[in-house]
Amino acid sequence: MNFGNRRYIITAIILAFAFIFALRLLTLQVVSDSYKAKAAELTEEKIRIYPSRGLVYDRNGELLVANRAIYDLMVVPRKTKAFDTLAFGELVNMTVDELRVELKKARKYSRHKASVIKKQIDPDIYARISEKLHRYPGFFAQARTVRSYQKGLGAHVLGDYAEAGPSEIEKDHYYRSGDYIGKSGIEMTYEKELRGKKGAKYVLVDVRNNVQESLSEGKYDTSAVAGKDLYITIDAELQAYAELLMSNKMGSIVAIEPATGEILTLVSAPSFDPNLLVGSNRGENFRKLQVDSLKPLYNRATQGLYRPGSIFKMVQSLVALQRGSITKDTRIACNRGIIGCHGSHSFDDLEGAIIHSCNPYFHQVFKRMIEPGETTNRFKDSQIGIGRWNSDIKKFGFGSNLGSDIPGIKEGNVPNQKYYDRIYGELGWAFSTIYSMSIGEGELLINPLQMANLAAIIANRGWYHAPHVIKSIGDEGKPERFLEKMNTGVNEEYFTTVVNAMEKVVAQDGGTARRARIEGITVCGKTGTVQNEPYPDHSVFIAFAPKDNPKIAISVYVEYSVFGGTWAAPIASLLIEKYLNDSISDPTKEERIIEQSFGMPKKK
Amino acid sequence: MNTNRGDIRRNLDWLTIFLYGFLVLLGWTAIYSAGYDAAHTGIFDMEAEHAKQLVWIGICTLLAVVILNIEGEFFIRFSPISYLLSLLLLIAVLFIGKKIGGARSWFGVGAFSIQPSEFAKTATALFLAWYVTRTGIKFNALSTRLIAAIILAIPAGLILLQPDAGTVLVFSGFVLALYREGLSGNILLAGFGAVVLAVVAILSGAAIIDYPFYGEQSGIWTMMIVMLLFGILGVFFVRSFVLPRKRKRVFRILAFSLVGALAFSYTTYVGIEQILQPHQRERIYVLFGMEVSNPDADYNIRHAKAAIGSGGWFGKGYLNGPMTRYDFVPEQNTDFIFCTIGEEWGLFGSLIVVAMFVVLILRLIHLAERQRSQFSRVYGYSVASILFMHMLINIGMVLGVAPVIGIPLPFFSYGGSSLMGFTILLFIMIRLDAERYSVFR
Repeated sequence: MNFGNRRYIITAIILAFAFIFALRLLTLQVVSDSYKAKAAELTEEKIRIYPSRGLVYDRNGELLVANRAIYDLMVVPRKTKAFDTLAFGELVNMTVDELRVELKKARKYSRHKASVIKKQIDPDIYARISEKLHRYPGFFAQARTVRSYQKGLGAHVLGDYAEAGPSEIEKDHYYRSGDYIGKSGIEMTYEKELRGKKGAKYVLVDVRNNVQESLSEGKYDTSAVAGKDLYITIDAELQAYAELLMSNKMGSIVAIEPATGEILTLVSAPSFDPNLLVGSNRGENFRKLQVDSLKPLYNRATQGLYRPGSIFKMVQSLVALQRGSITKDTRIACNRGIIGCHGSHSFDDLEGAIIHSCNPYFHQVFKRMIEPGETTNRFKDSQIGIGRWNSDIKKFGFGSNLGSDIPGIKEGNVPNQKYYDRIYGELGWAFSTIYSMSIGEGELLINPLQMANLAAIIANRGWYHAPHVIKSIGDEGKPERFLEKMNTGVNEEYFTTVVNAMEKVVAQDGGTARRARIEGITVCGKTGTVQNEPYPDHSVFIAFAPKDNPKIAISVYVEYSVFGGTWAAPIASLLIEKYLNDSISDPTKEERIIEQSFGMPKKK
Repeated sequence: MNTNRGDIRRNLDWLTIFLYGFLVLLGWTAIYSAGYDAAHTGIFDMEAEHAKQLVWIGICTLLAVVILNIEGEFFIRFSPISYLLSLLLLIAVLFIGKKIGGARSWFGVGAFSIQPSEFAKTATALFLAWYVTRTGIKFNALSTRLIAAIILAIPAGLILLQPDAGTVLVFSGFVLALYREGLSGNILLAGFGAVVLAVVAILSGAAIIDYPFYGEQSGIWTMMIVMLLFGILGVFFVRSFVLPRKRKRVFRILAFSLVGALAFSYTTYVGIEQILQPHQRERIYVLFGMEVSNPDADYNIRHAKAAIGSGGWFGKGYLNGPMTRYDFVPEQNTDFIFCTIGEEWGLFGSLIVVAMFVVLILRLIHLAERQRSQFSRVYGYSVASILFMHMLINIGMVLGVAPVIGIPLPFFSYGGSSLMGFTILLFIMIRLDAERYSVFR
């Protein structure tokens, strides 16, 4: 029998397998990209070069925020050899169990890429570890930059700089796990300027993750660009003094330079040393601050919403004058039937009403604005009135974040028709429903930054710059938007009456803010006492000085301290004096303030 | 048989010699690249494997010349002795061999190691050809086939004891040579059926099924029950559609294949699940894309595929493949040498290498067919089959279509035993072919 034909069957089998190989090669090498990606992932490594973060200086060039090194202990699981976990744990201050958990996590992430075993080891502890680390192959320390706060002040303004969370990494792919990011304050607002730009070096690594050579002779490498330094508007000395005066009290202080809108001081009390949130104790300290019943992490100056109380009477006066609802000579009887009052006066003009803080006067002023008499139906009339009033008030920046560069500002509430319709139903309300707003009570809510800005508006007689903390980014100056003037639409002449009245509030012998008097400086101010049932009242004071060509406008809010004139006014005056004269003429006044403490009160 | 030297040279098949030289030299460049270190580029740096391989190439060239100068008759007469000799070596290696990678396959002689199974392939091919072409032997007699099977089974069994599954698989290539000599075509069908059954047995054997009354058990039982049902169905089918006089014969075939299939499936299942080492079992699971507990089970093949896959159309260029140069590919100058070609020369280079092997194998078939001597033909087919099996298993492995079984790529892989073994195997055929006009049988 001849089996010669079988040659062709055998040939066919061989060719069939060769064809399968050819197809397989085609899919592996040309059709599919995943193998190329896999090979690149294995052999190419991007080594990131971190630039130094910009430093922060105050308005006088004093260094506020510097950088310092801190170390993360890393491991490359493939490179480790069997080691004494007990001794190693002791060295790096971890229990054997903790160590085991972290090593397992690291192995799960990658066997040949580095993972963090222990974060944020302080340099002095690192010095001890580094001597012995060479005994443990596969472990090494990676230096990271954290912040060092030179003066330990301004925690709320400067903000937090910490490890980026998953959502931040998701939002901006610039960040990798373990990178740091500004979380609040100027660290957040000016994150892009401060961080600079990471550089990258692409290298080829071998299977043991040892760098072998640069990829394509460094064609894709980029160098790091250092972050820009920030010069901020805060006056470190004034800030420190303000924090001192607010010790053991709750509340806030905001001081603004009226001509520029630059924030000189911003205090939220109680405060904390920002250095607490840096380094290995961050977690523990953060938790402590978080559970503190006085909420030190909360920025009262920009997020605390309060009813403004009597300081709002100036705003009512100004918009009423501009609308023509009153003139400076309008006199109104102090009829204490509807709304209470204090002190002896009976038939004040506008100036007198501000000096005496006459409640019935402003009740009447507000009524003239809310019920302008456009229609006989007082409900419909109130709708028209509140619309006009709302737009007038908003020009003072109330109900907005003022365009500031401080992140997370709570805008507050300036009620409009919609707001009341929702509560009372359409045409279910009129002036008589909402009259308590006439004296800054009721539904009106504003924050201390807006109060200080009000002082700046009055100091400027009608306009303001968005209050801001940036003085210069590197040497580029500040962003354009802070140079723009915002106008309230109230004529300068109307401010004269209000300013004169504020002068007398401080200067007159019966004035509510006589404790704000400073020898040789004309201070204009207005006190407020904000009802706070069932707790004691809050005390508030806004002021600016000097009267002509003002240099500083300020708001002081002291929670639960009852009369604005007793506590808030002297604090403001001390700060004004400190800023303008650089010295304090009356040390007893200072002592009295520092020693006083207002904790969380009991119900009345 | 007085052949003078002139005749031999004229009748040498230079194409085969050229293909051999091409593959060996290309293999050497790949070994050089796999071990390339920019700091040590010296070709004659005796520490480096490429230098040692160069020495082996020199030795093999001499060996080839010597073989070409020995008369073919010598190899025929020498066949039984070489076979016995290789059996002795295979037995000896089990006792005095060096244990490398869990297998006792190597004799250590000073700095060198010799792998007897590389030479056993040649010896077996010679002896098989000698046996089936002896005068008075009828190939279609059952006894002849049984003895042929035993001739193959003894060295294969000894190699399995080392254990070296890859080389054992290579021995199954002899079936192609025997098929050419008249072994029933059913053997190929049976082989194909066995592969299919093995795949199904592996997949179902690894599956866990919740059986009534018996709880969770391996899926192999389901597979066997289904096969039995098919058998019963077959009985009814034969009863209804096959003529009574042919029934007996069909029943016999049916019963034989059913029992065979059941036994084979179960053996495969037991072999995989109980006899194989866990890491070997996982390699097989990985091939079928099954979940394995050890995340590194497919480390080799993952990296091999990444290396080849990253080559693209024309590769990254010679000495420019980071996957192979920086040790990501394991065994990169021996079993996984093809990865270097794939990464550095891309689809273009890979296809050329595959094509060169195919041309060489088909050329050997052509040589075998033009022999007047049946011995030379059987031997020629054996050489072609061995090379084919090596190519199939080795390249199939790095491409992820065959399980990871460590056998060298002929002429390419680093190693003296393997290169010498293949040189001897091939050049004996070239010598036999050169004498084809002098043979009168």
